[in-house]
Amino acid sequence: MEAIQEILTESTPKQTAVEVSGSVALLEALLTEGVDTIFGYPGGAIMPIYDALFDYNEKLNHILVRHEQGGIHAGQGYARTSGKVGVVFATSGPGATNLVTGLADAQIDSTPLVCITGQVFAHLLGTDAFQETDVINITTPVTKWNYQVTDATEIPEVIAKAFYIAKSGRPGPVLIDITKNAQIQLFNYQGYTKCNHIRSYRPKPIVRPQYIEQAAALINEAKKPFILWGQGVILGSAEQEFKTFVEKSGIPAAWTILGAGAISTDHPLNVGMLGMHGNYGPNVLTNECDVLIAIGMRFDDRVTGRLDKYAKQAKVIHLDIDPAEIDKNVKSTVPVWGDCKETLPMLTALVEKKEHTEWLAKFNDYTRQEVEQVIEKELNPTTPEMTMGEVIKQLNEITKGEAVIVTDVGQHQMVACRYAKLNNTRSNITSGGLGTMGFALPAAIGAKFGAQDRTVVAIIGDGGFQMTCQEMGTIMQSGIDVKIIILNNRFLGMVRQWQELFNSRRYSFVDIQSPDFVALAAAYRIPGKMIDDRKDLPSALNEMLNNKGSFLLEVMVTKENNVFPMVPQGCSVSEIRLK
Amino acid sequence: MSDQDIEKQEFNITVYTENQIGLLNRIAIIFTRRKINIESLNTSPSEIDRIHRFNIVINESEDVVRKLTRQIEKQVEVLKVYYHTNEDVIWQEMALYKVSTDVIAERVSVERLLRENGARVVTLRKDYTVFETTGHREETDNLISILQPYGLIEFVRSARVAIIKDSDGFNSKLREFERLEPGEDVIENEYLNKGQKVFTM
Repeated sequence: MEAIQEILTESTPKQTAVEVSGSVALLEALLTEGVDTIFGYPGGAIMPIYDALFDYNEKLNHILVRHEQGGIHAGQGYARTSGKVGVVFATSGPGATNLVTGLADAQIDSTPLVCITGQVFAHLLGTDAFQETDVINITTPVTKWNYQVTDATEIPEVIAKAFYIAKSGRPGPVLIDITKNAQIQLFNYQGYTKCNHIRSYRPKPIVRPQYIEQAAALINEAKKPFILWGQGVILGSAEQEFKTFVEKSGIPAAWTILGAGAISTDHPLNVGMLGMHGNYGPNVLTNECDVLIAIGMRFDDRVTGRLDKYAKQAKVIHLDIDPAEIDKNVKSTVPVWGDCKETLPMLTALVEKKEHTEWLAKFNDYTRQEVEQVIEKELNPTTPEMTMGEVIKQLNEITKGEAVIVTDVGQHQMVACRYAKLNNTRSNITSGGLGTMGFALPAAIGAKFGAQDRTVVAIIGDGGFQMTCQEMGTIMQSGIDVKIIILNNRFLGMVRQWQELFNSRRYSFVDIQSPDFVALAAAYRIPGKMIDDRKDLPSALNEMLNNKGSFLLEVMVTKENNVFPMVPQGCSVSEIRLK
Repeated sequence: MSDQDIEKQEFNITVYTENQIGLLNRIAIIFTRRKINIESLNTSPSEIDRIHRFNIVINESEDVVRKLTRQIEKQVEVLKVYYHTNEDVIWQEMALYKVSTDVIAERVSVERLLRENGARVVTLRKDYTVFETTGHREETDNLISILQPYGLIEFVRSARVAIIKDSDGFNSKLREFERLEPGEDVIENEYLNKGQKVFTM
């Protein structure tokens, strides 16, 4: 076996073929693709792969999760902090169906993943065999690509395609379903060759200079230009190119929640967050700007509010790598189809160096109003109970904006995204498009594996935590260091807020009871603490951050706080409410 | 009728794809997800070995069709998508009609009707005869209503096949696709210009 392995670890195709199983070919493929971590859960139909994995223990760090959904969210967290492809293993049937939420999440948030699922023997397909499910058809709408392998000889080529597709162009999840016979089957292995071309797939368009020229001309004439950026900047590793563009053009820039951190929170031209719970100025002034420059974002309805009243006065320049996004929700005046790592420097070269002092001052005026009416109350409250915002503010003061912030979904997510200080890119890990409660805990585990030298803080609500709290078992067993803050308002807060504002306070099933979270953590041998007094907050946060290893801090916050500003559903962004 | 319904018309969507299991589903769900009915769907090998051609007919506004074609073209194994109105294509549907041979033999008017409608005999048996016509929907529909009084036993119609009037075929495009760095012929931004009839990528 050792001799075979020596031959196999060479990445170049071998003239001398070796006979290996499909499972070994798979693991060799992963090694050649630079995979170091796998999140997975074994089961009957994937047993041959796990048997092979037993011999690869030193090269491939397999993290045993507690539920496949936890596994895939961990894979997502890993991909988001590391910039690499997240790899997830699951068995057939229920193992595979448990991946679906994570696939849908990764699909809508463009997260590169390769998921390997076991499948029943090929001759049993379609017989309703034990743990057989039609994984390919179930996952088709939520994968960028999927494929069923029934013959081991296909494995090297298919895995190569899977990695290429997952990470190129607009990234996304890929699922490969491998029947058990193919995992066992021995074949003449010719080595592994990475894929760099598929004739029907063109991830990287050739940039047409005339569109760049048109865009630059619009920008140079603009009196009130405004930049909206999204995760595309991060996915394209174009943070530096983006910063140079923003600084040369002097244009105020606002972010979608997945774009947060691409330039630091306190950059003078970073004017804040867009969308339903975004900042006041960016929302109102969207309907006042004359040129809107959208970079690597897709005009999600949570960002645009009512579309027929969205930036109608503005000329729109849309930079995106995915042509299906251009003109999908907002008609562009100039489409710049391409990789922003390429298009941004081309644009920067043609734009004039400017300072839009007066225009920027308008954003600052709105910020002042927002501080007075919303932010001050949230960050420096005079109420006896703590607010979510003051917890984030304290955390900022201790971490100085260097931590990776992983959030779940709901009020705490909006508060954390609004107030967390982020100095670095790949620091804000959240479920944006799908809004998956239960995302944060497993994603934080993956995020830490993807960025082991950084502090990872998961901020989670009392509702979402209970959706995937079993992953504390993964923390316990892997020994990974994840700091967990539960912001407990004893409500499903975001739904409660809507019921208060739009359903005349008819609080229908939002009053949620929780276990003793600290005791629950203790059962998993994770130390923890509960605080309900403001004066304990700094010391508790310090204790959490200084603890060697994971720590759970439960902070009791005020029950019926609302997140503001808010663009009510069906309203225009300029109708944003401060209360 | 809402404004959107008024804009709706028949569009012929032509999709060139790899021959891959599961791709039909991947394409079909792009329509079903948006609750759009596929009026006609034909898939068969194209003029090029291993490349399949889909002809899909839907009734929608051009704006919707444009977005749909981009979503289809986004699929990894789809090479290229075009959309056209009925005026831009030559199209045909084939229909088979089974009628009693006795009726045909005895009633001359039937024979004349069939002749007038361009029907050809495919099979002639003692008990029944199968005729075939090709044409537009109204033409094949017309023959059904004519035959109905004479005891039409069975009828079936194929999906629509359509040839694009303004097309040079796919051979030269494919050569571009196969190159590692496709030339501008394949990767172009022109379709993003508004008002262009042909969707091209």
